[in-house]
Amino acid sequence: MKERERTRWRCRRGLLELDIVLQRFMDKHYAALDEAGIRQFETLLDFPDNDLWHMIVQKEEDEGRAGLQPVLRLLQSV
Amino acid sequence: MTIARRKFDAVIVGAGGGGMRAALQLSEAGLKVAVLSKVFPTRSHTVAAQGGIAAALGNVTEDNWHWHMYDTVKGSDYLGDQDAIEFMCRQAGEVVYELEHYGMPFDRLENGKIYQRPFGGQSQNFGGAQATRSCAVADRTGHAMLHTLYQRNVRANTQFFVEWMALDLIRDEQGDVLGVSALDIETGEVMILQARATLFATGGAARIFSASTNAFINTGDGLAMTARAGVPLQDMEFWQFHPTGVYGAGILISEAVRGEGGYLLNKDGERFMERYAPHAKDLASRDVVSRAMTTEIKEGRGCGRDADHLLLKLDHLGADVIKARLPGIREIAIKFAHADPIREPIPVVPTAHYMMGGIPTNFHGQVVAPYKTGPEEVVQGFYAVGECACVSVHGANRLGTNSLLDILVFGRAAGNQIIEDLKRNSHHKHLPGDAADKALARLARLDSQKDGENVSQVGDMLRKTMQAHCGVFRFADLLKQGVDKISEVAQRARNTEIRDKSRVFNTARVEALELDNLAEVAVATMISARARTESRGAHARDDFPYRDDDKWLKHTLYFSEDRRLDYKPVRLKPLTVESFPPKARIY
Repeated sequence: MKERERTRWRCRRGLLELDIVLQRFMDKHYAALDEAGIRQFETLLDFPDNDLWHMIVQKEEDEGRAGLQPVLRLLQSV
Repeated sequence: MTIARRKFDAVIVGAGGGGMRAALQLSEAGLKVAVLSKVFPTRSHTVAAQGGIAAALGNVTEDNWHWHMYDTVKGSDYLGDQDAIEFMCRQAGEVVYELEHYGMPFDRLENGKIYQRPFGGQSQNFGGAQATRSCAVADRTGHAMLHTLYQRNVRANTQFFVEWMALDLIRDEQGDVLGVSALDIETGEVMILQARATLFATGGAARIFSASTNAFINTGDGLAMTARAGVPLQDMEFWQFHPTGVYGAGILISEAVRGEGGYLLNKDGERFMERYAPHAKDLASRDVVSRAMTTEIKEGRGCGRDADHLLLKLDHLGADVIKARLPGIREIAIKFAHADPIREPIPVVPTAHYMMGGIPTNFHGQVVAPYKTGPEEVVQGFYAVGECACVSVHGANRLGTNSLLDILVFGRAAGNQIIEDLKRNSHHKHLPGDAADKALARLARLDSQKDGENVSQVGDMLRKTMQAHCGVFRFADLLKQGVDKISEVAQRARNTEIRDKSRVFNTARVEALELDNLAEVAVATMISARARTESRGAHARDDFPYRDDDKWLKHTLYFSEDRRLDYKPVRLKPLTVESFPPKARIY
């Protein structure tokens, strides 16, 4: 019911870089996510700040995280 | 309305490095400790600290805590309290080794000792050659510190209240602090957390400026709760600005860019730093570069449609150098300025970075205020550490790598002081009947407000006002208008309205409460800055360009209830060594 709000709050981070990118993502892409996409996004939000930031900017494909690629690509694009 | 109440030995607000270091000291002593945090602890803003922790270990070059003390006093432009600075520099080695034993994965030398690297402002032999004093974990020292302290706290049974926001401090008629009222963001419930000791470690508040390197959570909640409870805020005019934050976003572009040969341009394509600092040029110290940039903008030579920023050029370094040595910076520029520095310059602006002022404390972490008979009376039951506190070890200007040291030393010291104080106060004091009334009244006002102001619009107005009137370089006329404007903004912040009145995860309510807090900090800053008619450290006045030790070698105290200012002397006497008398600050 308030899933969007809960997720929006979890986009509050320790790094300003992430605050801004995650806010852009919420404004632009969150509403269009299907259930799988929402799950991917929530998994990404559980990563520590530095790890998540590096995943967004370094754009390295990591096979272990292949399942997160669709949402990660959206995060890389905003 | 009855409110749920829980009792702890100690309640800590804020789960960054300072709060978690204090919590660990208390939990390991067997006390029942609650730590409240708006976000998950390892997502506190400490995570953004990259530089390292200053400690005169002497692992790479000879070093001495006394040299570190000299650098800190000089860096503070002599506004730092020398007893607290001696205390911090002497304990630095101990707190670093302690953290090492907790499992902090410090970078190492080949001989196995902790690796240390040089950093600006650190010298050997009282202003001599560059010292090598910073202990780091690659470029993620803050991150490693948070994870180390969090895991250790979990093991010690510290109880975390995650996604909770403290609302107000609870004081009784004697002025003693008895805990906080707090909001569970998930459920919307308000609870009283009663404690024999209450410690604030709520971090900085640079979100009062439009150009800020701080994360969104840094809204000065602890400062505002303190001010509302009648305790003054100290030295709020002193904010450190970094010269090169990305225009419009705030993300830091590190000094490394200018170190590699990048330089600043105005709208005429002129390398203007040559005029301000003919020798050091773009590598002059942070405050000199920031002031030059602000002057260029004020005199109409800024870039862009609004002539409000400058350009950092580095394409002449070549694609190979940029890709090899500055990859992270290139990513930031592309992502936040939509400019690939291989081809085009990065738009930048001086950006608020660190708050030197805060809640006045002594070096035991006890909050002190002139509220009974003396100028520095201990407020019983109340403690503060880290960026929200003003000990004052940073005085008018902080040195890089001293902030992580500050949170470790004073987090531990406050923990030890609380353990001692609680031996004497073995019972919780009686809670007054109106303990949560102030907080509930603010919530009720927000729920019933009709035809009110929009939170994000008032927030924008607040940040723009602070940026334009109380930024890196301060002008008499702008400060005078600024006091009126920010008062008007603060008035509007008291009339905000939210559409969503629901309880569960109401982030609109949280943001309205954060705006209340930002407004307290902003007004305190503007009024303190207008009154200080000198330039010292980070406070630079156009009309009073020099430091004035005869009149202004003193700390500012701002009282929220009547917006009154008072002053108290700087503690020039260290604990055991001779005082460092004020001299001109030349690098």
